[in-house]
Amino acid sequence: MLLEVRDLQVEFRTRDGVAKAVNGVTYEVDAGETLAVLGESGSGKSVTAQAIMGILDMPPGKITGGEILFQGKDLLKMKEDERRKVRGAEMAMIFQDALSSLNPVLSVGDQLGEMFIVHRGMSKKDARAKSIELMDRVRIPAAKERVSQYPHQFSGGMRQRIMIAMALALEPALIIADEPTTALDVTVQAQVMDLLAELQRELNMGLILITHDLGVVADVADKIAVMYAGRIVERAPVHDIYKAPAHPYTKGLLESIPRLDQKGQELYAIKGLPPNLMAIPPGCAFNPRCPRAQDVCRTDVPPLAQVSEDRQSACHFWKETLRDA
Amino acid sequence: MAELSKKDEAVDATPNVTEVETVDAATAEEAVAAIEAPVERGEPILQVRNLVKHFPLTQGILFKKQVGAVKAVDGVSFDLYQGETLGIVGESGCGKSTVAKLLMMLESATAGEVFYKGQDITKLSGRALKAVRRNIQMVFQDPYTSLNPRMTVGDIIGEPFDIHPEVAPKGDRRKKVQDLLDVVGLNPEYINRYPHQFSGGQRQRIGIARGLALNPEIIICDEPVSALDVSVQAQVINLMEKLQDEFNLSYIFIAHDLSIVRHISDRVGVMYLGKMAEIGTDTQIYDHPTHPYTQALLSAVPVPDPESREGRERIILTGDVPSPANPPSGCRFRTRCWKAEDKCATEVPLLAIPQRFVGKDTPAAHESACHFAEEKDVVHAA
Repeated sequence: MLLEVRDLQVEFRTRDGVAKAVNGVTYEVDAGETLAVLGESGSGKSVTAQAIMGILDMPPGKITGGEILFQGKDLLKMKEDERRKVRGAEMAMIFQDALSSLNPVLSVGDQLGEMFIVHRGMSKKDARAKSIELMDRVRIPAAKERVSQYPHQFSGGMRQRIMIAMALALEPALIIADEPTTALDVTVQAQVMDLLAELQRELNMGLILITHDLGVVADVADKIAVMYAGRIVERAPVHDIYKAPAHPYTKGLLESIPRLDQKGQELYAIKGLPPNLMAIPPGCAFNPRCPRAQDVCRTDVPPLAQVSEDRQSACHFWKETLRDA
Repeated sequence: MAELSKKDEAVDATPNVTEVETVDAATAEEAVAAIEAPVERGEPILQVRNLVKHFPLTQGILFKKQVGAVKAVDGVSFDLYQGETLGIVGESGCGKSTVAKLLMMLESATAGEVFYKGQDITKLSGRALKAVRRNIQMVFQDPYTSLNPRMTVGDIIGEPFDIHPEVAPKGDRRKKVQDLLDVVGLNPEYINRYPHQFSGGQRQRIGIARGLALNPEIIICDEPVSALDVSVQAQVINLMEKLQDEFNLSYIFIAHDLSIVRHISDRVGVMYLGKMAEIGTDTQIYDHPTHPYTQALLSAVPVPDPESREGRERIILTGDVPSPANPPSGCRFRTRCWKAEDKCATEVPLLAIPQRFVGKDTPAAHESACHFAEEKDVVHAA
């Protein structure tokens, strides 16, 4: 297994109290595989990714438990200088907003080349040649001329390609893409997702795709982990989940997508609001919004129950949910 | 359901652009009277004709001279019928938000007319303009920045009454604001709270309540749910549909999420680089698109069904949207179009029912600005 996250717990200690952002997340990704992490804002999907990359702001963040095994080694036990070698070279991250993730006062060539200078000890000249090669690879037209341009001179889609190029520079084994296409238009989104999938196949990388878009997930993912209030509520291969969700929250998400045959009818809406992470409801965090909630849901935290060999659901009533789906 | 299909039929029968019956108002009183007159359901309430907005590009500091213009909106025409929802879709930079601002008169048009009940609002002033402004309201995209953080919810929703005191006399305002909160599904006791005490979905409800305060007839919604979480989006969409029935509103719904636009709209217009590429009923646009851009746009939308992954034909456009400061000659889409021929570079295609479909009883017979318009069912291609 390429990456295994085991029972990860992260909290943020702020003036107003402790926000429990991640409360025991477990997932794994293999080489060549795409795991989609699905969840709303505040579900802990990005915090988990930042903990894996080791770019969590600490303080106020604090990892209070769990382990992150990358190629068998626990990242959380590594020293910072060891981790620095892993970060960028072995695993890389693509961020949502390319404009604010790129340095506006450095040319894209400088920013791409930095990877090779820092990690590979290349000369400036070689690094520049490598940058052009990378830009070609992510299909930026006229790479030779554009290598000395600045981020603001590129369109949104092109900037996201540069982010991808930067992440791929050292051919890492794992890529974490945090909402890579959320800021892009659909036609550009299709281009970028295609490119990402192609490069992933080519380099046999593991990909963690963090998103809230159920359409993108259906297009590219092999398996899905659905998060809610810092917990995984359902893990399953992509086909199973769309066919029959085993958790009421997943079911609610899928049903709130407008469908053709529902035109003119009310959309299904999950009632209520996502919980405040400083005061997560006792029992199952989803219980105040759940149509299936019983007394047991308000007192006992549901364990991740094994639905089938490669599928789990954290619901006391997963059997009923699955049956009704 | 029965009522709904009746509404659909009424819309199906109406063409996109109808003749404008202008109202000549000699005095301000007459103009206001015309504006206050009710419009029957299914009749055009807003008629936009050749609307143009060019933002000048200038050079020099002391002696500014114009060196060009960003052609954000370049000749857009459409009708909005009373009681319907017109969806406008397109990529960023296509001019859809500029159209919204022009209709709100937050920007002044470079050319073209906007007829509201037969009066050109771009030429109105004084009391008549004020009356129009009361009747066209807007809901903004970002509920975090469109509410003043230093005002209470009561002040935010009640502020329109300061400008239009005739809607709610001073003593009644608090009661009216509480009613509005109730209508949008918020607790009326929240009237003294500040925006930061609400979640994104609740803030958008506050924005909607503010839009409703003056009993408008038209609400322009510019990406009203795109900043919200998936589970909250559906709540807000349901609320907007409920309010439309309750208050007999007409919506212009601008969004980039094509599935939400389809759900809420009776008719849909597709914009590309400042022009309308195609317009028709939701079925005509989504199931029988004839413009290549619409086809590409629809095929790029990811379908939330992993079974459709194989076999679905996707048209992946190459390149980016050209700059609106220097749009391509002829058809603006030709630089990214797989059908483009010499004709497309020289002749601007008009937005009209394609010749080959004229008089035919087919859903493909709707207005499309393409020389080579033909049907291609992209959504169900499998």
